[in-house]
Amino acid sequence: MHFAFTDQQIEFRDAVRQVLLNECSTDDLRASFEAPAARTARWETLAALGVVGASVPEAHGGLGLGLVDLVPLLEEAGRAALPEPLLDTTALAAPLLAELAAADAGSRGQVADWLESIAAGGMAVVVGPPAPGATPLAGANGADLYVLATDGGPDGPQIHVLEPDSVTVTPVPSLDPTRRLAAVQWAPGPESRLASGPLAASLIGRTADRAAVATGAELLGLTQRMITMAADHAKVRQQFGRPIGSFQAVKHLLAGAQVTLEFARPAVYGAAWSLDEGEPTASRAASVAKAYASEAATEAARVSLQVHGAIGYTWECDLHLFLKRAWALSAAWGSAAEHRARVLASLVAGA
Amino acid sequence: MDTPMDLRFTPAQEAFRREARAWLEANAPEPRSLPSLDTAEGFEAHRSWERAMFDERWSVVSWPEEFGGRGAGILEWLVFEEEYWRVQAPLRVSQNGVFLLAPTMFEFGTEQQQRRFLPAMASGAEIWCQGWSEPDAGSDLAGIRSRAVRSADDRGWLLTGQKTWASRGAFAEWCFGLFRTDPEAERYRGLTYFLIEMNAPGVVVRPIPQLDGETGFAEIFFDDVFVPDDQVLGGVGQGWNVAMATAGSERGLSLRSPARYCEAASRLVALYRQRRAKDPVGAGRSADAVAQAWMDAEVYRLATLWTATRVLDGGSVGPEASANKIHWSETDLAIHRAALELLGPEAELHGGDADASWLDGYLFALAGLIYAGTNEIQRNVVAERMLGLPRG
Repeated sequence: MHFAFTDQQIEFRDAVRQVLLNECSTDDLRASFEAPAARTARWETLAALGVVGASVPEAHGGLGLGLVDLVPLLEEAGRAALPEPLLDTTALAAPLLAELAAADAGSRGQVADWLESIAAGGMAVVVGPPAPGATPLAGANGADLYVLATDGGPDGPQIHVLEPDSVTVTPVPSLDPTRRLAAVQWAPGPESRLASGPLAASLIGRTADRAAVATGAELLGLTQRMITMAADHAKVRQQFGRPIGSFQAVKHLLAGAQVTLEFARPAVYGAAWSLDEGEPTASRAASVAKAYASEAATEAARVSLQVHGAIGYTWECDLHLFLKRAWALSAAWGSAAEHRARVLASLVAGA
Repeated sequence: MDTPMDLRFTPAQEAFRREARAWLEANAPEPRSLPSLDTAEGFEAHRSWERAMFDERWSVVSWPEEFGGRGAGILEWLVFEEEYWRVQAPLRVSQNGVFLLAPTMFEFGTEQQQRRFLPAMASGAEIWCQGWSEPDAGSDLAGIRSRAVRSADDRGWLLTGQKTWASRGAFAEWCFGLFRTDPEAERYRGLTYFLIEMNAPGVVVRPIPQLDGETGFAEIFFDDVFVPDDQVLGGVGQGWNVAMATAGSERGLSLRSPARYCEAASRLVALYRQRRAKDPVGAGRSADAVAQAWMDAEVYRLATLWTATRVLDGGSVGPEASANKIHWSETDLAIHRAALELLGPEAELHGGDADASWLDGYLFALAGLIYAGTNEIQRNVVAERMLGLPRG
């Protein structure tokens, strides 16, 4: 039993934090409102640091890291509201492609090429949950590769990988313009199919669990960012001749949000470990993590806006950059309510 | 640290678990078979259970062997707690001593004090109560007015004043209390932490019936009660620092292990399953609350392992203890509230043959939001010491 990150994991996190402090300021975020590209200079910096290819197996040029290693990096991505698809590319696509490569799926060398492109070239990938029609996907506008799934129909679950020339991408407006949301239209065909049947089903399930935890990790960073912004505001904003943070009503709002965050953190960390280790209760742990992190973020968003007062409700104040991401990610890959229902179903089944 | 993350207990810890499980399964009384520990009869029955555990060195596994423990680490203690709650063993009548005073005594007590008090605490021979709150000093603990002056023979102190809400106070043999020894000093200064025998001349106890009708706590009156110098814990005038160590134990790791809540959360799921079989629609209305309460207990378990690792790696627990107290008390409430919701009109049955364990648990959970420092005070601590907000 040793429930902590290693020094090495913390050092990698600190390096990513520094890059994002330099290259993902709120001014940078605002600048990205108008830029539809996934391959930004910031993304290239992260790729050069090994972050983008972190979970690509070493045999394919990556660092071969697991979800536990990625979680602290994703927290930093959340803290900075990083617009690029690090979560999809590094936490979802690379491990999925690595499993496909191990299962010898697809035509010879194709999957390996993609993995090497992620590790060496910083290829930006988006991963869509199995959904009918063209559900809008974050980061889809300008991505280099699309990993898409079907889970219904007579042919059962399937995983497809498509290059940009095989899909039709239509930008969709989002409240959070940094999301680069787009509808992806595509047709499942034999050329793009990489897995079907039980292999596809298990990969889809595992990807959804990883996505729940990875999204939870980004929400942890976002949550701490919003609470810290609100606390900083409450220390300097004066009313009735004193900082508003000295009033108990304000203190209790922020303290309540911080306490929820303190308990969401180990839920996310523990779930990441469970998934890496293939624990029998890993899927339930992932749901606990996402449910807790979504609640923590939604509550922190409400509270931090309340503490800011009217200034927090303006375009000028940076708070909304984080509120909007928190709202979007709270709903992504399963809302808190969906995951609570999953947890209870698993408990009642006696797992 | 280079140790990779690992949430499995070691084979040695699992062996310790099996040993604890075997002993508890063979020796623990049936769940809820002892009379309430807030009655005279129940108090003695619970004391006998403490003695039975002590005789086999299970009452204080984390203490050094010389005081009746097994020298077990914090993780082994958590494993023991899981096993203890798994068999729904009795509430610990000695908890104010073994979980609150003892950690403080290991830190601040003299060797002589440790030898004198710890074994008798561990065996249940001497049960301790807490003498902190006063009628006019609850949340504002630094406002206490009970005082101590030097005795005429200069060998100790004479204590005068009134303490209240002392859990177990109606039956306890000893009390650890906070008194003002410097009348000129204000607030946090000039306080001293005393160890007081409850049958010393001048101590008068008035039991207070709680809202369930039982005398779970008491008022204690002190009228020139002589306490010798060797019953000062941690030095004259050091009372606030010593008390904050006790409060850290009360809010942090040692008083409320996660196993207690995980066990209750499992029973809640069983209750949900049972009710759902009879009335799927009715039970379904509580589904979200049941799931949330179970998750609250589960994340408390994970958070405790996280904190335990930090402590084992040489870290300390600061204001996080206040966040912890808010979480465990609200978890307890969430579990019991969901259970009462599932029970519906049956929830109010109390006395006779009724199994009122959920209702009793609910009442106790409500107390948890108040004792060990109200949750409102804990939120102030979190806001001021974790988020750096200015004092009010």
